[in-house]
Amino acid sequence: MSLRRLAKEQPESFVFTDEHQARAEKIIAKYPAGYQASAVIPLLDLAQRQDRWVTKPAIEYIAAMLDMDVIRVLEVATFYTMFNLNPVGKSHIQVCTNLPCMLRGCADVVRACEDKLGVKFGGTTADGDFTLSEVECAGACVNAPIVAVDDDYYEDLDYESMGKLIDAIKAGNPPSPGSATGRQGAAPAGDRKSLTEDPTPTYSARDWAAAKQKFEEAQEAARKAKENA
Amino acid sequence: MPKLTVDGIEVEVEPGVTILQAAEQAGAEIPRFCYHDRLSIAGNCRMCLVDVEKSPKPVASCAMPAGEGMVVHTKSERAVKARNGVMEFLLINHPLDCPICDQGGECDLQDQALAFGADRGRYIEQKRAVKDKDMGPIVSTIMTRCIHCTRCVRFVEEIGGVAEIGMTGRGEDTEITTYLERALTSELSGNVVDLCPVGALTNKPYAFTARSWELRKTESVDVMDAVGTNIRVDSRGREVMRVLPRLNEWINEEWLADKSRNACDGLKYQRLDKPYVRRDGKLQAASWDEAFAAISEKVTGASGSRLAALAGDTADCESMLALKDLMTALGSPNTDCRQDGAALDPNVRASYLFNTTIAGIEDADVILLIGTDPRKEAPILNARIRKRFRAGGVKIGVIGAAADLTYDYDHLGLTADVVARIADGSHPFADVLKNAECPMLVIGMGALSRADGAAILATGHAIADSTGMVSGDWNGFNVLHTAAARVGGLDVGFTPGDGGKNTQAILDGAASGDIDVVYLLGADEVDTSKLDKAFVIYQGHHGDSGAHGADVILPGAAYTEKNGTYVNTEGRAQYGQRVIFPPGDAREDWSIVRALSERVGHTLPYDSLEQVRARLRNLSPVFNHMDDVVVADWEIFGQAGSIEASAFTYPVDNYYQTDPISRASQTMAQCTQEFVLGGTGKATGTDG
Repeated sequence: MSLRRLAKEQPESFVFTDEHQARAEKIIAKYPAGYQASAVIPLLDLAQRQDRWVTKPAIEYIAAMLDMDVIRVLEVATFYTMFNLNPVGKSHIQVCTNLPCMLRGCADVVRACEDKLGVKFGGTTADGDFTLSEVECAGACVNAPIVAVDDDYYEDLDYESMGKLIDAIKAGNPPSPGSATGRQGAAPAGDRKSLTEDPTPTYSARDWAAAKQKFEEAQEAARKAKENA
Repeated sequence: MPKLTVDGIEVEVEPGVTILQAAEQAGAEIPRFCYHDRLSIAGNCRMCLVDVEKSPKPVASCAMPAGEGMVVHTKSERAVKARNGVMEFLLINHPLDCPICDQGGECDLQDQALAFGADRGRYIEQKRAVKDKDMGPIVSTIMTRCIHCTRCVRFVEEIGGVAEIGMTGRGEDTEITTYLERALTSELSGNVVDLCPVGALTNKPYAFTARSWELRKTESVDVMDAVGTNIRVDSRGREVMRVLPRLNEWINEEWLADKSRNACDGLKYQRLDKPYVRRDGKLQAASWDEAFAAISEKVTGASGSRLAALAGDTADCESMLALKDLMTALGSPNTDCRQDGAALDPNVRASYLFNTTIAGIEDADVILLIGTDPRKEAPILNARIRKRFRAGGVKIGVIGAAADLTYDYDHLGLTADVVARIADGSHPFADVLKNAECPMLVIGMGALSRADGAAILATGHAIADSTGMVSGDWNGFNVLHTAAARVGGLDVGFTPGDGGKNTQAILDGAASGDIDVVYLLGADEVDTSKLDKAFVIYQGHHGDSGAHGADVILPGAAYTEKNGTYVNTEGRAQYGQRVIFPPGDAREDWSIVRALSERVGHTLPYDSLEQVRARLRNLSPVFNHMDDVVVADWEIFGQAGSIEASAFTYPVDNYYQTDPISRASQTMAQCTQEFVLGGTGKATGTDG
């Protein structure tokens, strides 16, 4: 995780587009009056979707919109690594390098990205098409290694499939998100390794009549013991 | 009332009290960094971990409410081990630069590492380093030392009222910063230095000048505003090194305003350290004897009505009393301590006091501010209003320019006629005051120093009467002074005697030739251009505007150089203590007047400070009740009249330079440059 600061070069101003403004107002309306500051994360996200990154004017604009102190919005924007504080390319490739992905070979995926794009983590290609970032756990470890391209997750990657993915995006024809090996969702790869036996429940084999008789005998015995006592 | 056991001692505490507070009641000491009595609870330093029976983990005692039947151990093996571990983590990224750190010797981290830490660390990897931030001329930052307790963040937001500091980034990259590294714009910003438990935020002007154990600590009273903040003055040799706040729940709690804290370097510059006499149009150094001879020549035999005396904003009661006695002996009724010409009624004490008291603000439910900007005139008092505001359920109205007071208020209007409309009930705010249980109003010098000041004072009285502000123990009528000497001056009667002239009349008289001799006791805020014709005696400690036009200069002592009595805006008399001796030939002010009286043939009947004070005590019961407020009787005062519908102007324009000491201070000059004149425009930080 790199040091998160506002970018040196910033645009002059920021305003939400009409469509985003309407959406922002809808988001703010979700929270009770006086608690509009709760909308800060969705609004920062909205600003990022508009500009592809969170700019200083956007932070100030949102602070004014939510009646917050600017420093409080800055705290949020610098805390969450999902907010890009620097401009990013048309496609933002975010490679997870946390433990499960590392064990499943994310080093190959990183190498594939670096070979294909010619940039290191934090870099943007000269044509402005791709930004390569290292991110913390993407939360889909079961299909590690994971790469998130903007909002889409590509899973079960290796050197080859990562290369193909970049080529496809370059060609303007990105594949549908999900596993590169073709498995369904987070289902086990290949054959099932657990829950293979007969799933018929066992309780139906119980002798209800015998159980009832045993219970009644026990009750009778308890009653007699009480009378004798 | 939950009962719990702390280290085997059973204590019963108020509901809602935390384990840490309960432990304090039981006499157990719990270390802490982020917890502070007067700030919200953060619970992020983890230093206050204690062992609570039946709890699976050590508990952060500052954030856990004490519960019925809890059994707490603060010294058990688990608690000790937990704190030991926390301390080791804190020290991982804390530099070992105590020998060059200004906090060394008065550092919470140092003390607690000694008491609760291990004797060695196990960390051998790289430490992190953080770039320093620019927080303005008062707070110096060495951010690598920061342990992220967030006390400064909470202070500026909650008490300072300007949320400018924040914690950005996360994890190892967490940093405390102001937005875009701008200077802190609070008048209370110096307090973050006291709050910082480590050496990350330190006193910039004091940087690298002294060690805490070399300093002699003297408890005194501040004179930079009329609040009477309790201070501790630290000195080394013959130099005041710094000023710190002293706890006083009734006045300043534990805060100190920036001017009071950092104007002390002004005590070193522009000082008058020997007498001067004007010869051939030029001020020339002279001996005391020559100076007194020059005065005696002018004064002896002169008609009393052609003499006048004005007392300045930082004069002590003893010297004002001595000068008043001397003027009376010389037959002059022309004395005034109201340099700004405020229409205060010296005969009714309730008319010039902050009767509600500063602590009393916390009980008010409606506050009306008339012609006052308390943030600039008395930041400590403003912090108390903000404290009341944060507690909720208070309505605040302001008449005057809409300044940023750090709390929300209803702006009722710019002009003085709104006061009259509230008094006659035609303004809706009159009903708000009437329906309140504990309403209060604060009249500032911006209202009283106008030509129609007496009418406004009378209208204030009328509002107080018509809205039930004065009843039982509650007196909601308040005057907020801007000068530390004002209430004391009125209490000792440094006001025009029978047929005497007030400040304006004295100045006009001097200009027209009716007054021959004007004695300025540290009076620098008057229009000295009108004094050209008169023979001006200036007694004071700084070569400020009053001294420039003087014919004789008598070097006096500044507030840190004399034992003096000051009465704050509430009417609370307090002793200021001498910290160091005045420079050169300068003397304590009352003794100068006493020596002069002998030369002009009217020897004053006191030879020691104790005798002057005995006279003070005879004069007014106020001086018999030091550190206490004597309740003033509610009487009729003010002078009914028409109020002009013009806008109020606030008396303090530049908070940082209001008196000779702060005008001589380099730190205050930097603050003026930064905050009043619009800043240097440079960002010396690490943006980007």
